[in-house]
Amino acid sequence: MKDNNDRGAGSEFDGSVAALILRPRTWLLLAGILCFIAIPRMGNQYVTYLILTFFGYGVALLGLNLLFGYTGLLSFGHALFFSVGAYTVSYLTAKFAIPYMEVGIVGAIVVAVVIAAAIGAICVRYIKIYFALLMLAFGMLFYSFLIKFYYITGGDEGMPVHRPQLLGFDLSSLAKMDFLTGWYYYYVLAVFLIATWGMWRIVSSHFGLALKAVRDNPEKAYYLGIDVRQYRWYAFIISGAYAAVGGALVAPVIGNVDPTLTYWTHSGTLVFMTLLGGFTNFIGPLLGGLVYIFLQDWIMSLLHYWRFVFGAILAFIVIVAPGGLTGAIELVVNRYRRNRETS
Amino acid sequence: MTTDIINILMSGIFYASTLFLLAAGLQLVFGVQKIFNLACGSLYALGAYTGVAFVERFNDWGLPPKLSLFPLVLAGMALFFIGIIIERGLLKFVYDRDESFQLLLTFAVVLMIEDVIRFIWGTSPKSTSGIYLVYGQVHVLGAVIPVYNLIVIFSSLVIAALIGYMLTRTRFGRIIRATADDREMGEALGVNMKIVYVKVFTLGTVLGTLGGALVIPTTAAMTEMGVELIVMAFAVVVIGGLGSMKGAFFGAMVVGILRSFAIATFPEVELLLIYLIVIGVLVFKPEGIFGGSRA
Repeated sequence: MKDNNDRGAGSEFDGSVAALILRPRTWLLLAGILCFIAIPRMGNQYVTYLILTFFGYGVALLGLNLLFGYTGLLSFGHALFFSVGAYTVSYLTAKFAIPYMEVGIVGAIVVAVVIAAAIGAICVRYIKIYFALLMLAFGMLFYSFLIKFYYITGGDEGMPVHRPQLLGFDLSSLAKMDFLTGWYYYYVLAVFLIATWGMWRIVSSHFGLALKAVRDNPEKAYYLGIDVRQYRWYAFIISGAYAAVGGALVAPVIGNVDPTLTYWTHSGTLVFMTLLGGFTNFIGPLLGGLVYIFLQDWIMSLLHYWRFVFGAILAFIVIVAPGGLTGAIELVVNRYRRNRETS
Repeated sequence: MTTDIINILMSGIFYASTLFLLAAGLQLVFGVQKIFNLACGSLYALGAYTGVAFVERFNDWGLPPKLSLFPLVLAGMALFFIGIIIERGLLKFVYDRDESFQLLLTFAVVLMIEDVIRFIWGTSPKSTSGIYLVYGQVHVLGAVIPVYNLIVIFSSLVIAALIGYMLTRTRFGRIIRATADDREMGEALGVNMKIVYVKVFTLGTVLGTLGGALVIPTTAAMTEMGVELIVMAFAVVVIGGLGSMKGAFFGAMVVGILRSFAIATFPEVELLLIYLIVIGVLVFKPEGIFGGSRA
């Protein structure tokens, strides 16, 4: 992350309200939200379905990037929390017959916070590669638990997710796709927007600033009175809770949770999405998730070997453009501005 | 009773030698270049597939199946160029970057190699037809042990001895150890780091592909084996200590024998037990049992 110290992540949002309204970014944001609201009305159910998946992943990616982009800790096992959220919803809806989505989301948060607090207490003692690998180990530990203890977890077949009630409304009479791309879409959109707003508040607060200080220079942060480990631990817990909410939202979409959600390659996919969009920017991971989902869908329809293409894209990003898409956009915009100033 | 114990021990030691072959390359590369190569499982898989292909060609020529070890070793060696491609084409750009990015780059290699295998060999599992049984079996105290398992164990011991010799007794080994300790000092003393890195990564690659090729007659090559094996290799190197060859050997023994005991007694806890040990090691002795001691 050394290359990006100068570009403090999320700093472009730190202005006052008036400045915010005057910025083109604000209008872009509003346009984006309006687009999301309008999409199910445009008639393409499949696109709506993909964007629905994106909302779930988006929430998880916001969590992952609080750890990676803001705190400087790369987790190669965040699919653990994602699947904790998904399994919680599955358990509540199918096993305990509690069909309320709100209970599912809160349940996912509670379970994830408990697990993240325990795992985090161990993990935040390490940084860099040891942190990444320790998270990979915890993810695989959970994976083997899911696979082997089939009488609790359904083994490799996983468990079904029953259709949840939204805000107490029973919508079981609708066809599956109509439910998902109709009411459930708007429900998830609302959760997604709230989660995004919440994360923005977190990263632009004093707490977020402290995390950036911890990322850039832990020793200095420590001497300035920030308890480095404590702050990493808080970030870890919030991050886990966000990933779990993402998993909880995706669970009813896939309809059946299974251990592959926890596999280390899925964690890799989450990191990939974050990097694709750009981890130095607040909305980077969201853009990355959106682009990843549509790109994957497109390339898979074109040729069988989409993994190779994605591997090449990832290698390209790592080597040439570590700032990802938002990094590249920033670069272009800055160059344009500079040109305009000089001319 | 003794038969059971011998069976468990032998399958444990056999599994340990396959793990050592898998992890040796990973350790060498991490020890010198400080890159945790997630693609080591994929290289192993690539070696396995190439091994199958070479043995098939060998059989087509009507040569005696008992000599199949020859095409297998050849297959493993022939893949050295993959190491050069990965090092010169990708890794050389990220030596000065954050470890997280190096890890991600090797993840990209995992994705690519998986599809290269799909492209060349398709998705159905491949195996060497019957050369596992050609070598026969031996009976030890009532336990039946396939001779090929003994060959694998023996080869991994030979490879371990060769690496040990190379690292401690040759000029190149001394350079490698010096580089692992202090890259800048090595460079200042006139070591051409570029060439050392190419050589080390190529050697690490060949260790992986050779391991895959040697072990493949005992099992079948599958497209997912790359991503599955890294999970075991990871356990081995963490328990043994990242970057240490002794660690790879020791870690492989621990994981191999524990796994075979777990499968014989409580199959549910197999991977779980191994991962609990991994986490225990990372928490209490993150440098691993043999960490810190080089070579």
